[in-house]
Amino acid sequence: MKTFIAKRLLSSLVTLLVLSMIIFALVRASGNPAELLYEYPGAREEDIARQTAAWGLDKSWPEQYVSFVWNIARFDYGQSFQYGTSVRSLYFDRLPNSLLLAFWAFLISMVIGIPLGIMSAVKVDSWWDSVGKTFALLGLSVPSFFVALLLVLLFGVKLEWLPFLGKAEGFFDWQHLILPSLALGWFFSGAMLRLTRSSMLEVLGSEYIKLCRLKGLPETVVIVKHALKNSFIPVLTLAAVNLVVMINVAVVVEVVFSWPGIGRLLYDGLINRDFPLVQGVVVMAGVMIVGTNFVVDVLYGYLDPRIRLTR
Amino acid sequence: MVTATKTLLKVKDLYAQFTGFGGARVVRAIDGINFSLDQGETMGLVGESGCGKTTTCHAIFRLLPPAGRIVSGSIEFDGQDLMQVSDGEMRNIRGRDMGMILQDPMASLDPLFTIMDQVAEPAHHHRGIRGGTLRERVVDLLRSVRIPSPEVRMREFPHQMSGGMRQRIVGAISLSGGPKLIVADEPTTNLDVTIQLQYLNLLRDLQQETGVSLIFVTHNLGIVAKMCDKVAVMYAGKIVEQGSVRDIYNNPRHPYTQALIQSIPRLGNKDPLYVIPGQPPNLAELPTGCAFHPRCPFATEKCINEEPPYVSFGDGQESKCWLSVEDAKNG
Ligand SMILES: Nc1ncnc2c1ncn2[C@@H]1O[C@H](COP(=O)(O)OP(=O)(O)OP(=O)(O)O)[C@@H](O)[C@H]1O
Ligand code: SF4
Ligand SMILES: [Mg+2]
Repeated sequence: MKTFIAKRLLSSLVTLLVLSMIIFALVRASGNPAELLYEYPGAREEDIARQTAAWGLDKSWPEQYVSFVWNIARFDYGQSFQYGTSVRSLYFDRLPNSLLLAFWAFLISMVIGIPLGIMSAVKVDSWWDSVGKTFALLGLSVPSFFVALLLVLLFGVKLEWLPFLGKAEGFFDWQHLILPSLALGWFFSGAMLRLTRSSMLEVLGSEYIKLCRLKGLPETVVIVKHALKNSFIPVLTLAAVNLVVMINVAVVVEVVFSWPGIGRLLYDGLINRDFPLVQGVVVMAGVMIVGTNFVVDVLYGYLDPRIRLTR
Repeated sequence: MVTATKTLLKVKDLYAQFTGFGGARVVRAIDGINFSLDQGETMGLVGESGCGKTTTCHAIFRLLPPAGRIVSGSIEFDGQDLMQVSDGEMRNIRGRDMGMILQDPMASLDPLFTIMDQVAEPAHHHRGIRGGTLRERVVDLLRSVRIPSPEVRMREFPHQMSGGMRQRIVGAISLSGGPKLIVADEPTTNLDVTIQLQYLNLLRDLQQETGVSLIFVTHNLGIVAKMCDKVAVMYAGKIVEQGSVRDIYNNPRHPYTQALIQSIPRLGNKDPLYVIPGQPPNLAELPTGCAFHPRCPFATEKCINEEPPYVSFGDGQESKCWLSVEDAKNG
């Protein structure tokens, strides 16, 4: 177990390092943020140069990178270019909003995706399966901004049932939550459905399920006890990654619904070439994904005795 | 001493097929088979790959893969026709009155549940055994299949067992519900040669102790001689010859059976192994007449055009071949 943890930690570090390099290079590919100052009337060459130096962008890339990584190691993501405050506090200010939205969207994606996936696998090639497959296809191929706009038009504008912009004060603001959760959950439910279905189909075709049936076990025992447990491992992994993605990069949905979450923050950062902000959000998402994967791996141990004992 | 034997299983005119490509392709995997099995009797079911042995086994359990279905015929088991019982009742019969041993011991056990759990299931669901009694039953079953220190091993998981042990555990599962019939579909094919013999001895001992009937599927006629009271030889979905082991070995009537016997490897024989020439036929496009004719050294014009009937000889031996028709005429 100890060597397992050590190995996992090491590979997580390498993953994060690679991620930090990629995002470091990518944001810089968008150009010098100081040049955005040209949009202001009267901005002069030396103003730009001064700002560039103030943000430390006049140093060489290796120098910038080392200080970036060194700061991250001390949980310091730097100062946002646009807000002038620390990226970390910006992130954690928005985090509760994103968690709230992601939680409901996650719940929706699970509640729709998993049962439908199971049904279409158990009743493969039936009416249920057609519904499931159509749903999965729509979920994956209809872009979430389109779904979001449809929801806004129908429930917000036409029927006027629900508010669709922003977020009210108070934690239990369910009215503002419904539409963005649906729009975000929709997309992920398609992926959950597909994976549940294919994983379940694979297990249902296995010899041990055949033997369960030959033993005359009731169908509910075959499906719920044996098939479901066996097909859950890949589903669990995807669910965990989905959750992290929903928390950190729900950009489209948060922008359409003006939801004050991390996705919006990231969007603002991208538009304004706010390097520290973008880097910070992406690294946080990376840390979360690596962390969740670690937790999921430990959970596997409880689910699957083969993993438990080989470590 | 003559003991009154009772017929346990009687399969009559059974047809089963697989349909694919929306019905465009029909594989007649079982094409009108008849056989019967007495209580405590062991029948070998032999034939080359793809001749329908596994399909026959699954048909007895009324559990074919989704593409397959039983077209017609009857399966009388323990006094009732399985084709007439409800789905719920059929499920109770499976595992309680008949148990199955599958070919692949590595894949037959659920990796996520303990041996105890999996061996207990038939006894629990079909016989209502619970708690301490159930645990004792599992220990007894594991002991009967010669798992060492069963109280300890039963708490372990399949991946902690060797292939031979897993197959013995599958044997224990098949016995768990207290069945009258066990169907073993090539149970030793995937085992090491040294373990094969051990397993066969175990099966035979269990069968003698418990008095269950056994259908033993293999493509090795040598194993049949060791294990079985009688044999049914399948070719292309049909039983082409059946009878007592003694009759079939000493006096095989069907050219296919003769070829199978010739191809049994024999100790100390330096001659190259006899191999039946040609390929088994594609069950979706069967040859005309006798399905064996493209590979039969005795095939005549008649064999190509007309399907031979079953001919019965004394003592239950039956053969489906034009030569046998002649044999029967000549007495
Ligand atoms: N699930 C399936 N779908 C379609 N056809 C099938 C299916 N299973 C078996 N068949 C066909 O039915 C025929 C009989 O197959 P079966 O598995 O009963 O043969 P077998 O005698 O058990 O062969 P083996 O010795 O390889 O196990 C084969 O020709 C095969 O192509
Ligand atoms: S019927 Fe003809 S072809 Fe078929 S086995 Fe007999 S002799 Fe051979
Ligand atoms: Mg088979």
